[in-house]
Amino acid sequence: MSAAAVSGRQTALGVDVSGIGVKGPPRVEARAMTKQFGGNVVLDQVSLTLEPGTVHALLGENGAGKSTLVKCLMGFYQADAGELLVNGEVVAVKSPRDAQAHGIGMVYQHFTLVENMTVAENLLIARQTLPAIIDWKRELADLTAFMRRMPFHIEPTRLVRQLAAGEKQKLEILKQLYLGSRVIILDEPTSVLTPDEADEVLGLVRQMAERGELSVLIITHKFREVLAFADHVTILRRGKLVASDRVRNLTPAQMAELMVGAEPPKQSSSRTDSAPRELALELERVEADDDIGLRVLEGVTLHVRAGEIVGIAGVSGNGQDELVEVLAGQRPLRSGSVRVAGDHYRSTREHIRTRRVRLLPEAPLKNACVSHMTLAHNIAFRDYDRPPFTLLRWALRPAAFKKRAEEAIRAFRIRTPGPLSPIGQLSGGNVQRAVLARELAGEVRVLIAANPCFGLDFGAVAEIRSRIMDARNAGTAVLLISADLEEIFALSDRILVMSEGRIVHETPAQTADVREIGRHMAGHA
Amino acid sequence: MATGGAPNAPSARVDWADIGARLEPFLIPLFALFVSLALFGAFVALAGQPPLEVYYQMYRGAFGTWFSFQNTLQRASPLLLTALCTALPARAGLIVIGGEGAFVMGGLAAGATGVALAGSPRAVILGAMFAAGAVVGAIWIGFCGFLRARRGVNETIASLLLTYIGIALLNHFVEGPLRDPESLNKPSTRHIGEANMLGSIPGLDVHWGLVAGVVACLVAYVLMERTVFGFSAALVGGNARAAKLSGVKVAEVIVITCALGGAAAGVAGSFEVAAVHGRANASLVAGYGYAGILVSFLARHNALAIIPVSLFLGGIAASGGLLQRVFALPDATVNVLQGILFVVLIASDTLYGRIRWRSLAGAR
Repeated sequence: MSAAAVSGRQTALGVDVSGIGVKGPPRVEARAMTKQFGGNVVLDQVSLTLEPGTVHALLGENGAGKSTLVKCLMGFYQADAGELLVNGEVVAVKSPRDAQAHGIGMVYQHFTLVENMTVAENLLIARQTLPAIIDWKRELADLTAFMRRMPFHIEPTRLVRQLAAGEKQKLEILKQLYLGSRVIILDEPTSVLTPDEADEVLGLVRQMAERGELSVLIITHKFREVLAFADHVTILRRGKLVASDRVRNLTPAQMAELMVGAEPPKQSSSRTDSAPRELALELERVEADDDIGLRVLEGVTLHVRAGEIVGIAGVSGNGQDELVEVLAGQRPLRSGSVRVAGDHYRSTREHIRTRRVRLLPEAPLKNACVSHMTLAHNIAFRDYDRPPFTLLRWALRPAAFKKRAEEAIRAFRIRTPGPLSPIGQLSGGNVQRAVLARELAGEVRVLIAANPCFGLDFGAVAEIRSRIMDARNAGTAVLLISADLEEIFALSDRILVMSEGRIVHETPAQTADVREIGRHMAGHA
Repeated sequence: MATGGAPNAPSARVDWADIGARLEPFLIPLFALFVSLALFGAFVALAGQPPLEVYYQMYRGAFGTWFSFQNTLQRASPLLLTALCTALPARAGLIVIGGEGAFVMGGLAAGATGVALAGSPRAVILGAMFAAGAVVGAIWIGFCGFLRARRGVNETIASLLLTYIGIALLNHFVEGPLRDPESLNKPSTRHIGEANMLGSIPGLDVHWGLVAGVVACLVAYVLMERTVFGFSAALVGGNARAAKLSGVKVAEVIVITCALGGAAAGVAGSFEVAAVHGRANASLVAGYGYAGILVSFLARHNALAIIPVSLFLGGIAASGGLLQRVFALPDATVNVLQGILFVVLIASDTLYGRIRWRSLAGAR
């Protein structure tokens, strides 16, 4: 505790960041780290060594265990097994403060700066201890001296609000240096930066590492950054360590293969064969913007036929979420068209009903339910304005809601205290079952499923996948968007790969080459 | 059906934890009420008066006699309608606090209409006055909803600021274009004529606004709890993303709930002109709109609960005069009680779902 405070204070006075041999970054080593969540092994005996003065990339798909490993290093989680060594000594890191005391700091994916405070204020409030009265004159002088020694420089009196994204990222890194961190973990540092900003920030960090002032661990799934800036790469897949090597010893194709695996996963067995049928869902040059107005969908064109599952694979953050939101009516379509069975489609109640389009979003409690409303009400969202729920067009019949919910509870084996329980009180699997019961009721022409099994336990996953397969066998056109390649392979008839807002690859699932898909996902065709 | 722990506990045992959790919506406001009364009691004691005696006199001043009860009803009737101005948009997830503006504008519109139609049959004048009040109120708050839905403007701030504009417009019209030259001390519009005014409910000294308010609350309750539109509004208020996924026209629902709320407040203002003053003037700015916010929050935006809560707050307001006479406490003392109630009740919102009934019950 006191060590952290002391080191924070010393850096503020500028004692140990100069890198002129005072104290280099420590060697950090994780040994056989294992972490389970509710019987689910998310990190399985993973070891990693961060040599002083190197840039180390941690590569893996979503859910590969990258962030869990890092959170164990930082003391957010306590590993179930395994140990952490700093300079060869076993240390107990129970909280991020402990990690800080050992000189390990993390820069999060999303900024943790106070927008309407100055750079200097942001740096000062990050310290663990502050005097009751701050001597700003002295602190500013200290900060200016500190900045002068840094490879990049931000005026301490500027407001954070006025900084560009790249400058904020630099400030986050400066903050860690100011706090005395010599080992910096960057969590997807470039996800909020333009390519130029990313190159600049990572280049500066790399130079500091080369001078022996820092060690850096970068969590990423961008191959380009690994190749350009990292010395060493550790690749995780499904919680296991699959490779750890010098970057120069690996080609991007090899990395892709290591990341997604070489074995094509098994297909689901309940698939019935059928001849290609009529077109059900057609997207033509669909474009949309993200929340801050940047174009994220750059002309997505795809077709789904009745009775087939088309899977969209891709590293997350390449426009998949926005595509689902456009189809769900949660994000405006900038240009292009969406047609269902040849008819123009917009997410209005009339179109949803007449075109028979259903959607299973990820995080259903956030995207598709009202958590404080009852299960019975949530199950009725699609047709509460139609008989049998209505009487005389306007009045609701509570008994009909209850009856429908009871049927759904039986048919989909939803575990709930009763139909009138708030849906927010159910477990994740049961919420997803309730949404399935709602979305798969009646005849469905088009089903859009986005990461439908994310975060669910094994049994629920199998059941939900077989429900989707049943819908396909019954003639529904299914568009499956998933960050889980195994899920794409298990369900799809045809696989598309999405990268940077476009469909960049298409292949029938039966003859799909997982390495080929991995290369397209990584943007290295 | 008993939930949760029922299989573990012997069935004859009363499950206090479960009962506690179920009664939360009643117990917490009751608890907040007692805390407020205690705080106000302390305030009264500091002012040198005996708290229990004050409370007894307040009861007398509000409900103790037929005369005082009628006074309470008079004060409650506008609150029934202005509370809906907050309660209806709240259903769609908006916090509208501009009932005062809609009330004032409704009253002004009603007054102007009444004067403009002078000479027409009484039914035409009154009908047109209420229609004008409702429409102007609906536009007033509906505009806030429109700004929110289309431009993302915060409806709380917009409706509050529009209130000041509304009051300024009232002053402008009654002091300028619509001024009755004979209204010297208090600039007003012309009187609509005593014969044209709305009378009292037979047997009471309370105007028909009370009946209109109760009916409006009942209709609002049915609308929100038992109709397709109410369901859509609950969906929008509960989770706009889920509403969009379900194809609900979020913007439309927001604008309509706001317009309905504004219409209720506008009608309340119309009653003030048609049944009380006979003309629009600064007397309309009496805080009924603001008190309606308090009522709606105390009633947890439930239209049915607005009825008793309005009576309760009407009673508090009615007792102010008696406190002044008996205890030499200032008339505004009751505003202190209202303020304490509001703060304590809003604060008590944080208690929902946080009380550990199980461990409380286990401690027995």
